[in-house]
Amino acid sequence: MIMTSLAIQNSTLAIVAALTGICLVALALWLAGLISPRSFNPQKGEAYECGIPTRGRSMTQFKVGYYLFAILFLMFDVECVFLFPWAVRVKELGGAGLLSIAIFFCILVLGLIYAWRKGALEWK
Amino acid sequence: MFDFSAVTTWIHDFLSSFLPGWLTVTAECVLIGVCLLLAYTVLALFYIYYERKVCAFFQCRIGPNRVGPLGLLQSVADAIKMLIKELISLNHIDKFLFALAPYLVILASMLAFAVLPWGNGLQIIDFNIGIFFLIAVSSIGVLGILLAGWSSNNKFTLIGALRSGAQMVSYELSIGLSVLTMVCFAGTMSVGGIVEAQRDLWFIVSGHIPAIIAFIIYLIAGTAETNRGPFDLPEAESELTAGYHTEYSGIHFGFFYLAEYLNLFIVSGVATLLFFGGWMPLHIPGWEGFNTIMDYIPSVLWFIGKAIAISFIIIWFKWTFPRLRIDQMLALEWKYLLPINLCNLVLMVLIIVYGIHL
Repeated sequence: MIMTSLAIQNSTLAIVAALTGICLVALALWLAGLISPRSFNPQKGEAYECGIPTRGRSMTQFKVGYYLFAILFLMFDVECVFLFPWAVRVKELGGAGLLSIAIFFCILVLGLIYAWRKGALEWK
Repeated sequence: MFDFSAVTTWIHDFLSSFLPGWLTVTAECVLIGVCLLLAYTVLALFYIYYERKVCAFFQCRIGPNRVGPLGLLQSVADAIKMLIKELISLNHIDKFLFALAPYLVILASMLAFAVLPWGNGLQIIDFNIGIFFLIAVSSIGVLGILLAGWSSNNKFTLIGALRSGAQMVSYELSIGLSVLTMVCFAGTMSVGGIVEAQRDLWFIVSGHIPAIIAFIIYLIAGTAETNRGPFDLPEAESELTAGYHTEYSGIHFGFFYLAEYLNLFIVSGVATLLFFGGWMPLHIPGWEGFNTIMDYIPSVLWFIGKAIAISFIIIWFKWTFPRLRIDQMLALEWKYLLPINLCNLVLMVLIIVYGIHL
């Protein structure tokens, strides 16, 4: 299936793959819409919970702990993104590159230690 | 070893012999799309069957054996069953986000699927930042899951989605860092380049101890990333019914199901690519005869075989370990895997830069 020998660029192929995914969902939904049965019952539209009608909306506030982990994730994920360009050139950059990345690395590890000491990693 | 680029070149020459340039490109794009769609669906259906059979094996059952020979058509029958189920329209949902969520989930797995190296010359997208692209697109799936849970207007789905989101973003870090370790070793991010670098020895062997540690961490994080095994607390059925896809019915639910199994294949495929040489046959330096015989096995079989073997380990986890609690799950990632992973990265870099051999 590879078309490297052909005249299609990778970015085009990525769009083709994305469109294929969208087509898969759209086609299956269209097909299901054609052949699936339909019946109406007021109870059907209710939320699938305990049986009694849901009180209020469910799109409410939630535990702040999730948010904390999302922020921590963001910090380390951005770190990861910054490390990737260096990773492909580790050998060529050698000791000097290692030293400069080590400083960057230490700051982030300090961040993790800080979060740990502050108790941000505990699930309360 | 048979090179599939001969086939694609032939198709290209054949098409361009009677079609104008732009039409050739369009025809090839459509062809790639159809191949991708078929491979995706067939593989997902096979994986559903495979998982059920392996589960049955662990529980001393037979598993599906009625539909078709050895029950092989069971998942096809299931797919048809899902197609003819009603799509229930709910009352208080956010309709746009509710409809958007399956698109995002499928899109993420389809894009990641297209990057995998299937065989010699059989790879759809070969960016020079291939593995980075793969990590980037696979995180779109988290968005889909969060949207699915949020838009359903149901407390179960909201809790399931948030747990799932927290779990997936946390373990994505471990996946990213263990991939980073292997990228350091390979010196390239291109998928083709990483496979090529393992021509003589697979990275799990040539990568010293850090590669083995990275593989173990990758396997744990990959299990969590696909919401499986001991990490299936987003859909812990005794507490949250079905987690983030409780409110989805019929084929809408089918998309999440499909993507989940495909993600299992993608995780094993990436493990194969990074640690077990992608489609490269097993080569042992010095054993010329053995290597020649191994070259006769088609590269596609090598890739799929290795991926299925790794999937077996991941399914095995599910039947070995009890489900973790959310605090244990987060502690495992942030207090154990992440520090170990960072140390492992440093170790790998020291080995590469100073040539220390363990």
